[in-house]
Amino acid sequence: MKQSITVTVNGQSRSAEVEPRMLLVHLLRDVFRLTGAHVGCDTTSCGVCTVLVDGTPVKSCTMFGVQVDGRSVTTVEGLAANGAMHPIQEAFKEEHGLQCGFCTPAMMLVATALLEENPDPTEDDIRWAISGNLCRCTGYQNIVKSVQFCAEQMRQASAGAPS
Amino acid sequence: MTATEETAAESAPEKPLDWLGQSIKRKEDDRFLAGRGHYIEDIDLPNMLHMAILRSPYAHATINSIDTTEAAALPGVVAVVTGELLAQHNLAWMPTLSGDTQAVLATDKVRMQGQEVACVIAEDRYVAHDALELIDVDYEPLPAVVNPFAALEEGAPLIRDDKEGQTDNRVYHWEAGDAAATEEAFLEAHKVVAVDTHYPRSHPSPLECCGCVADLNPASHRATIYMTSQAPHAIRTVFALVTGLPEQNIQIISPDIGGGFGNKVPVYPGYVVATAASLLLGRPVKWIEDRTGNLISTGFARDFHMKGELAVARDGTMLGVRVKMLSDQGYAYADAQPSKLKAGLFHIVTGSYDLPAAHVVCDGAYTNKAPGGVAYRCSFRVTEASFLIERLVQNAAVELGLDPAELRRRNFIQPEQFPYTSATGFVYDSGDYETAMDMALEMAGYDELRAEQQRRRTEGGKLLGIGLASMTEALGAGPSRDYDILGIKMFDSAELRVHPTGKAILKLGVRHQGQGHETTFAQIVAHELGIPPDDILVHEGDTDNTPYGLGTYASRSTPVAGAAAAMVSRTLREKAKKIAAHLLEVSEDDLEWEHDRFSVKGAPSQTKTIQEIAFAAYTNHPMGMEAGLEGVHYYDPPNLTFPFATYVVVVEVDPETGEWQPIHVVAIDDCGVRINPMIVEGQIMGASPRASPWPPCRRSPSTTTATASGPTSWTT
Repeated sequence: MKQSITVTVNGQSRSAEVEPRMLLVHLLRDVFRLTGAHVGCDTTSCGVCTVLVDGTPVKSCTMFGVQVDGRSVTTVEGLAANGAMHPIQEAFKEEHGLQCGFCTPAMMLVATALLEENPDPTEDDIRWAISGNLCRCTGYQNIVKSVQFCAEQMRQASAGAPS
Repeated sequence: MTATEETAAESAPEKPLDWLGQSIKRKEDDRFLAGRGHYIEDIDLPNMLHMAILRSPYAHATINSIDTTEAAALPGVVAVVTGELLAQHNLAWMPTLSGDTQAVLATDKVRMQGQEVACVIAEDRYVAHDALELIDVDYEPLPAVVNPFAALEEGAPLIRDDKEGQTDNRVYHWEAGDAAATEEAFLEAHKVVAVDTHYPRSHPSPLECCGCVADLNPASHRATIYMTSQAPHAIRTVFALVTGLPEQNIQIISPDIGGGFGNKVPVYPGYVVATAASLLLGRPVKWIEDRTGNLISTGFARDFHMKGELAVARDGTMLGVRVKMLSDQGYAYADAQPSKLKAGLFHIVTGSYDLPAAHVVCDGAYTNKAPGGVAYRCSFRVTEASFLIERLVQNAAVELGLDPAELRRRNFIQPEQFPYTSATGFVYDSGDYETAMDMALEMAGYDELRAEQQRRRTEGGKLLGIGLASMTEALGAGPSRDYDILGIKMFDSAELRVHPTGKAILKLGVRHQGQGHETTFAQIVAHELGIPPDDILVHEGDTDNTPYGLGTYASRSTPVAGAAAAMVSRTLREKAKKIAAHLLEVSEDDLEWEHDRFSVKGAPSQTKTIQEIAFAAYTNHPMGMEAGLEGVHYYDPPNLTFPFATYVVVVEVDPETGEWQPIHVVAIDDCGVRINPMIVEGQIMGASPRASPWPPCRRSPSTTTATASGPTSWTT
């Protein structure tokens, strides 16, 4: 039997009737047609389906859609604002932090959650934060650099911003 | 210079820079960063059905019966496809890209764990997977052979009893080099060092699994098949041959690919069943492989058992190398190797060394394992060859008491020896191996490292390991006289259309999976024609809309399709010259080309930019000339290309536990002209960590008994 749910997705309220067994990643991809969260494994290993639920990174293949009823979900489609890229998107482009692009949305969401909590992370902090996310193209080095670049840009922006 | 000319020169826009060698940011990034990449799973067609595959839990078993009654009765299930149904349409078996056959769905037997046995087509992906549980297959397990040596023993169970005339488990026997000359060289040896090793099976494991959406339109008779394919044109030809559909009615579209690394070159049963199901049902059918299916059934890499011997003189001079190699092919030979070269380019095993004699004997064996043997982040089987020769050189250095760098230095092919013909028949184009090694040693601080290594040995604590490897890779297949897939020659192609406004679209026969083609190939055209990369759309992966090509794998795209892009650009530049001469009312001989424009010699203010010429090509072209500024070029390289490298890897080893950790890696690669250095370095940084699992001999486990049913695999 289907259940009614209402979720705030990227700041917008969305409702759906879903089977209780439907995974969050399929709710986002198949029902809401937000295809930026990908599926790379069936065992919660690869992390390419990561989205933020109430600001916390979650592997959306390991959560049911009905579990986000009344909660807030951020996907990669919610990063850019007013037609401008989010600093983390700019950073990944600047530092060549992506190749095939399949892991990228998840990596960027994990990075934004990290920077929200810790605006000045060490390399170890960054590697720990992305340790649940696999990348088969880049060897991670440029992903780490991208997060460092973003952190630097965001710190500079907040230092320059009027208080 | 007159006053008028001076003014003109001062007000002229700044000369555009040469786009070649610039680390411009990637044009393809924006859509990926926005989450708007268009991967196979993102394709959603009206009225689409979903397919799931039932796989064999046994490595080798007879199928007594398959009962699909319950599965077919589940609400939402539209069809259950078995090998028996496919056999009625002559589709139970398909050709592999190495000219062997592989089952689409098993009929008589299963020959590997994870083999495709039945498919459910349903209205919903969850229902399709539910129905798999309801299929009842009666298997009778048979002894499984998972070791290629055992497979070739007398009395081993015959794996391919379906093949007429196949009486044992041998796939091929292939030799390269000169046996007699090598024998003679070994007689002269001061020492013969040996390596007997297994370069273990691994899996490329791209993050995106394989998949397809097959849409056979019963009204238009067209088959539009979206597929995770690194080689869409070759696949279309295979599909035409397998299904009997007319080739012009098959359109293979390879959308954005979430990594390939060789894994997405072969034809997989899922593609064929989804296509057949769409044909039979008249509705689009989507199949998205799960990770387990990807790891246990699709193209693996490596799995070579290698015995190598290197003959050296007292002073370390290398005299000859001989190799006996056994390849574990799995139950089908599906490597996608050039048909003449059964073990790919493994005979590049003489490496970077002036080795006067070599003899290579390669055998392939069928086992009850997944087929594959793909070129995983390398040219065909070159990684295996490089590993073997470098291990031999290391062992020789130890046995001779020579520093491994010094032994290499004494044996490198010297710059003045190029073009150099190797003992196994390659013609190396160029190289400067010693300089590359010296750069690597200097960057690593080699002398200090050796001193530190010695100090730690005497003082205790963590030990230092210093690994050194020099590599020459043969890539860019290939000259069509030697390289083909199923008889289709390994050229590649580029079509360039410059539109009236001076913007262009470049269409290629290859298909990238993250290598940055949309940027790199735009830079090639920009270099040749001066059209900025932002004004050039690079289009790949659609057989209706790109010229025929063999695809992206084995490090071939830039040397072959990239060259085709340069060649077609030059053809258009020749035509542009004629149009410029017409516009400027001068002879072609009076024109000279610079960056993006033709100018009249001696009168540099008299110019026509490529954009002006493009507009004229459609609005004011000379009488008698064909309108437009478009062309296509098929490039057949005269030879392979031979990039080289030296890598130094420093590891710390805990003497108590044997645990080790890399602490420093230096990579010096000479890949020729770097079109986009950022992308080149990104490729190397991405590939290097992939090498780390082999030294500790991590491998993909496979079934060891006939009844093993737990899918177990890991990736490297």
